[in-house]
Amino acid sequence: MRQRRTSGIVQPKGLRSVLMRMGLFAVLGLFCLYYLLPLVVMVSTSLKSLAEIREGTLLSLPQAITFDAWAKAWDSACVGVRCDGLKPFMWNSIAMAVPAVILSTTLGAINGYALTKWRFPGADWIFALILFGAFIPFQVVLLPMARTLGQLGLAGTVPGLILVHTVYGLAFTTLFFRNFFVSVSDGILQAAKVDGAGFFGIFFRIVLPMSIPAIVVTVIWQFTQIWNDFLFGVAFTIGDSNPVTVALNNVVNTSTGVKEYNVDMAAAIIAALPTMLVYVVAGAYFVRGLSAGAVKG
Amino acid sequence: MASGIRLEKLRKSFGATEVIKGIDMEIEPGEFVVLVGPSGCGKSTLLNLIAGLETATGGAIRIGGKLVNDVPPRDRDIAMVFQSYALYPTKTVRDNITFGMQTRRIPKDNQQAALEEFSQLLQIDHLLDRKPGQLSGGQRQRVAMGRALVRKPEVFLFDEPLSNLDAKLRISMRTEIKKLHQRLGKTIVYVTHDQIEAMTLATRIAVMDNGHIRQFAPPADIYENPVDLFVAGFMGSPPMNMLPGVLCRNGAALAVQPKGTGLRFPLPRPLADRVTLQDGDQVVLGLRPESIFAAETELPGENRFVFEEAVEVVEPTGPDTMIVFDIGGTEMIARVRPEDARPEGTRFRFEVDMTKAKLFTPDTGQAM
Amino acid sequence: MTEHPSPRLQAERWIERQLPRIVVLPLFALSLFFVYGFIAWTAYISMTPSGVMPVYDFQGLAQYERLWATPRWYVAILNLFVFSGLFIVIAMAIGILLAILLDQRVRAEGLIRTIYLYPMALSFIVTGTVWKWLLNPGLGLQRFMREVGFEDFTFDWLVNSDYAIYTLVLAAVWQSSGYAMALFLAGLRSVDDEILKAAAVDGASGWKTYTSIVLPILRPVFLSTVIILAHLAIKSFDLVIALTGGGPGYATDMPATFMYAFAFQRSELGVAAASATMMLMTITAIIVPYLYSELRRTNR
Repeated sequence: MRQRRTSGIVQPKGLRSVLMRMGLFAVLGLFCLYYLLPLVVMVSTSLKSLAEIREGTLLSLPQAITFDAWAKAWDSACVGVRCDGLKPFMWNSIAMAVPAVILSTTLGAINGYALTKWRFPGADWIFALILFGAFIPFQVVLLPMARTLGQLGLAGTVPGLILVHTVYGLAFTTLFFRNFFVSVSDGILQAAKVDGAGFFGIFFRIVLPMSIPAIVVTVIWQFTQIWNDFLFGVAFTIGDSNPVTVALNNVVNTSTGVKEYNVDMAAAIIAALPTMLVYVVAGAYFVRGLSAGAVKG
Repeated sequence: MASGIRLEKLRKSFGATEVIKGIDMEIEPGEFVVLVGPSGCGKSTLLNLIAGLETATGGAIRIGGKLVNDVPPRDRDIAMVFQSYALYPTKTVRDNITFGMQTRRIPKDNQQAALEEFSQLLQIDHLLDRKPGQLSGGQRQRVAMGRALVRKPEVFLFDEPLSNLDAKLRISMRTEIKKLHQRLGKTIVYVTHDQIEAMTLATRIAVMDNGHIRQFAPPADIYENPVDLFVAGFMGSPPMNMLPGVLCRNGAALAVQPKGTGLRFPLPRPLADRVTLQDGDQVVLGLRPESIFAAETELPGENRFVFEEAVEVVEPTGPDTMIVFDIGGTEMIARVRPEDARPEGTRFRFEVDMTKAKLFTPDTGQAM
Repeated sequence: MTEHPSPRLQAERWIERQLPRIVVLPLFALSLFFVYGFIAWTAYISMTPSGVMPVYDFQGLAQYERLWATPRWYVAILNLFVFSGLFIVIAMAIGILLAILLDQRVRAEGLIRTIYLYPMALSFIVTGTVWKWLLNPGLGLQRFMREVGFEDFTFDWLVNSDYAIYTLVLAAVWQSSGYAMALFLAGLRSVDDEILKAAAVDGASGWKTYTSIVLPILRPVFLSTVIILAHLAIKSFDLVIALTGGGPGYATDMPATFMYAFAFQRSELGVAAASATMMLMTITAIIVPYLYSELRRTNR
């Protein structure tokens, strides 16, 4: 994020400004606690034994660190009737997210490029109609989608979910790339046209290499969205083909047996790990994706 | 009463880079000082330091005799016009102009009086209810000026205020700013990269380079007697011709022989007397384009020098024509009357007025 | 030179000229089918007597009458208003506050921003799971407060049907207020530095600079943030499922969970389709004018 260049402005000195400064940091610190506390509790609970959870309090740190809950969450916790932990469902999520991200990003890039750099009559209308798809409540497509997947023989399968995420991710990816390409100078394209490059020549040799930042932003956004999706997962898959969000919910909200909070927390962390990792590694791009979601050009 | 400004050993660093490297400067009350220099020379930073928009790393800033290093901008009794005008986009012209008075809780009646006075002076009284987005570039510029003038501070600071206007408007605003200064008599510090603005507006010009002030003098002095090669090359368009050569005797007189030629430019008496170097020493001869012109007679007069070179390029500008030619590998420009110009390739007899010549030592760049 | 190009070359040129359309049209067709075709199907089903299986006999607005006669739908609508109203207002307030505070030359800005924003990377399912644990009356915050000495401390909102809806607000604000902060901070940073310098010369205090100059400039950011948060709120489904499951009873039902329950658990497709159509109409009313003005602005 851009930094200001007004930090040099001479400020009045004195007790008042020192107190203001202290107040500022106090408020910022309090909010840090608000945002961090759930994470800390989540991690520390996942490292406790069930007995320790019952005896200790929420905020007490684990006395004897144990990874049993993690091991159980990973490969032996019961999800519905199956007791293999989250492991198989993590693979489902990966098998779903990776192709869906690649497909929706690629198609969105070509779409955005054709709609902004080769504007033909009606291109704006087409874009507006596609864009609206990013904002519909997906409840409105659940029923027909379930039937269509059934007719395609994809009901309850991972490929079915890939199709769903690609189709409904397309609106967002087109938007991202359109916003990026609008800021690319038409002069570069005209120069390439004069040099004899065509539609795909310009796309692959000129536009795509320039779009690395937009591609990164889009991939991160799509990955986060698709990985974190619950609605499509719960509506269109059953049992073995569930993505990890659905499996996590099944682990946590199971009504049978003893409630194992440490396993719940470990499972939640495992399910959140991929997107957290992306956030830590590429936080700056993540933020840009968030603000690009605000439709801004 | 206008206030003077005094800078003492002023320094400013951004991290490890020093941008202002110890500047001493005394600006008299009511002066119009223009800071010029190439981009990155520190002129805008210097203006921001005076305004309090940057905090000095070392040294002192005094406005009206008072040390203001730790005084915030609002208490420095200054007003500023910014390059982008920096009008508040959501406020009307009226509120833009009076905002500074509102924050200082000046009585409404006084605000209204000041607003009327200056909006009439700047001919923006019919625009008061518009938003900046509805104004043309020239109108915005006037509003920005009005916002600065209306508080009647002792010092005005201008940061390239005309650079976003088209050429014609720029010239008329330049004249208006000069009139305003004559009328109000306040101290003005004005940053520009346009040397014509500097020459026409300033009572004194400070030529800056790399965080230093190279020369601080009235415009005519800067032009006639640049202290070094940098100032000589920066002021003037086209710039002064810089002809490297060696000192030599030409009979009794001292002369400069450009490298790789047999030409000997004789030095006039007052200049020759100041030369402390020996025969054969390297020098740079500085000749303004307008002191090279078409030879009028076969025999040069006193302190004139005549030579012949081939015309390489002819550049008409209207009132004058520039002739580009070559002396010993150095490209030279002469400013001649249009009717004296000859086409490319022909031999041309040039005459030089050597009383206007400058001599510099090549290693230090200092003028002699 | 009046030589005509060969027919083959002419054909190639024609294809080259049509390529942008040839590329966009299949994707557009996809969107027409999966978005507009499906909307039309759902809208039609909402006007049929469909139950377990879809039937295609048109019967007008009977399903909408049934929907609006269902007490659970009223609960869902009321919850949506309470939830989105509180969620939007609180998340915006926190977002603006934190953005302005972070704009005050804070040395560790990057780190603090990372902390404020990370919940946005978590799914609502994970968010719901964590808060469910924190708010669990038996083992969570309530017990913690009692053990540190506040014997009478009661915080059982999660299981109290009058208050459960506020736990959703609490968790949603935790997850998304950093997002509002990021949008506002980006907005603040896009304000021209010279305008802030002008305000400093004009003598405005820090407070006055924000209230009188910067925030009015950010009006478009307010608008887009409200729209995005509203959009999140109306679609909220995962968080409800994970945190309260719509309970106790159906005290925290929202239109999204209502629709899901009627479609997949109670097999009343007609009512489900009618509720989905109501959701779509609500979002359309908010989003279409917004998109229209945004597109007009960016096309300039």
